[in-house]
Amino acid sequence: MTEHSYNFAYLDEQTKRMIRRAILKGVAVPGYQVPFASREMPMPYGWGTGGVQVTAACLTPDDTLKVIDQGADDTTNAVSIRKFFQRTAGVAVTEATTEASIIQTRHRIPETALSAGQILVYQVPIPEPLRFLEPRETETRKMHELEEYGLMHVKLYEDIARHGTIATAYAYPVKVEGRYVMDPSPIPKFDNPKLSNSPALQLFGAGREQRIYAVPPFTTVVSLDFDDHPFQPTKAPHDCDLCGASESYLDEVITDDQGGRMFVCSDTDFCQTRRASGHIGALGVPVSEGDAA
Amino acid sequence: MYVAVKGGERAIDNAHAWLAEERRGDVTVAELSLPQIREQLALAVNRVMAEGSLYDPDLAALAIKQARGDLIEAIFLIRAYRTTLPRLGASCPVDTARMAVVRRISATFKDLPGGQVLGPTFDYTHRLLDFKLAAEGEVPVAAMAPADLADVPHVTEFLNRDGMIEVEPSGNATPPDLTREPMELPASRALRLQAITRGDEGFILSMAYSTQRGYGRTHAFVGELRIGTVAVEMDIPELGFAVEIGEMELTECETVNQFKGSKTEPPQFTRGYGLVFGQTERKAIAMSLVDRALRWAELGEDFTGAPAQDEEFVLMHADNVQATGFLEHIKLPHYVDFQSELELVRRLRSEALAAQEAAE
Repeated sequence: MTEHSYNFAYLDEQTKRMIRRAILKGVAVPGYQVPFASREMPMPYGWGTGGVQVTAACLTPDDTLKVIDQGADDTTNAVSIRKFFQRTAGVAVTEATTEASIIQTRHRIPETALSAGQILVYQVPIPEPLRFLEPRETETRKMHELEEYGLMHVKLYEDIARHGTIATAYAYPVKVEGRYVMDPSPIPKFDNPKLSNSPALQLFGAGREQRIYAVPPFTTVVSLDFDDHPFQPTKAPHDCDLCGASESYLDEVITDDQGGRMFVCSDTDFCQTRRASGHIGALGVPVSEGDAA
Repeated sequence: MYVAVKGGERAIDNAHAWLAEERRGDVTVAELSLPQIREQLALAVNRVMAEGSLYDPDLAALAIKQARGDLIEAIFLIRAYRTTLPRLGASCPVDTARMAVVRRISATFKDLPGGQVLGPTFDYTHRLLDFKLAAEGEVPVAAMAPADLADVPHVTEFLNRDGMIEVEPSGNATPPDLTREPMELPASRALRLQAITRGDEGFILSMAYSTQRGYGRTHAFVGELRIGTVAVEMDIPELGFAVEIGEMELTECETVNQFKGSKTEPPQFTRGYGLVFGQTERKAIAMSLVDRALRWAELGEDFTGAPAQDEEFVLMHADNVQATGFLEHIKLPHYVDFQSELELVRRLRSEALAAQEAAE
């Protein structure tokens, strides 16, 4: 069902070249936000146009693409983006993390460890980690140039003074290879440790804000913290009710209006794979009897 | 028993089918044709062309039909289409002094060469609903005068002779292209004008209005407002000269602004400039006011903190396709981020409550 009236993966080759240059620059300067001439895409700004452009620039006909939103392959916007590339690039798609060569994600890093040769593309709404401390781009660029990150540390300190803990639960700021402070996109801070020393290439695309940045494989990424208040990844203190996993990030699902709730893996592929291999959570049933989808 | 929500794909397909049905509406009512939209909703078509940055009335009419009359959605359709078009070349700058005007007014001079031409304007209509339009009926033919084929000189040219108004030096530098280069700040005036002419009409209107109410006041007079068609010419390298490849309708507004002089400039009138595709005079006037307000630095005026003087604020928030996309994206699922906030607030609450109990 490939659409032939557009170029492979929608974007024209000149545009892809421009984006690839920005990606290469990003890889060369890890964590640095590279301005790029983002195009208007056929989906709205704020809905993954940056990620889509990065994916389009990386895709080859031999790639296998996985698209997730909130960790799940079947959320509506993930479905929409996956369909877009099936239609414009005709590439193979998969839900299995291990089978994908390119994974486009919004708000999560897959639970299954990534391997060398894989590319993880993040959709980024606001690429500037300092934006909510200083609204002006002209100022924040200067702060990055001068490695002037005191404002961020003051913010984290004020959190501790007020709440006794750093009150940032997602989009938790990190420092890349000891130089640039970077926004890891709105992933829960639970996922932050997976950013560091990953064998996969991690690319970040912000379409509306016209920025691309990158974390190359085996790059050190440190979540900002203090010696006496070390960074702590957190998740709901439960096991997955479907597959019993204790180490995965959980979504809370409200099951009735009496306060009933259950916790399930946000990463649907991870959960499904575990259930298929026989793991059963407190409320789960064997895969063959339940939803085989 | 909770079963993971599947079927996003089918839900999307069904939503699209339903949307198509709603777009058509009651099938016993005749379907709108594109020529009807183009001819009878021309001002909507003009706005879509202006903010979509693509001069094509038929495509704009199609976009309006497809978007069910939601003009920002139509603008978005045009933008997404436009971005895929190959660049064949660049036209020569259009010469608005040679515009075939259908409307041309000056608020600064009672009469002037070229005359005051009201043209097809709402200005002096009484805003009374015309119920005759609700019934079908042909409109009587309007009176016609022979066309004056002479060029209509710009009002600011007259002021120019006495050195009363600043001169904008002409240059041959290639202006930056907002759609091909990432926006860099501070921006040149050319880049600002590009951003404003495709910016949201409502946003530019409000910014301009705020300057009139004192937030960065610029004392603007409409020196001239003109609407008409101009020839679009392109240099053809093989021929060695420019040939006319078409014509387009434009609205141009030049304001004349009082200026008492500053540390660097003598007292002189200054200008604000607006140029927009189609008949879009509200936008063109607003654009010229915002342009003038943003020129405070080059004219040595004070920055008073007014939003309309703030280049980064105006340029980063004027685009309605960007704004609407980001605004509406909060409809998308955010349950992963929300879950992390939930855990955080629960923990902070339990600690706070424990501390309270310990104190009591």
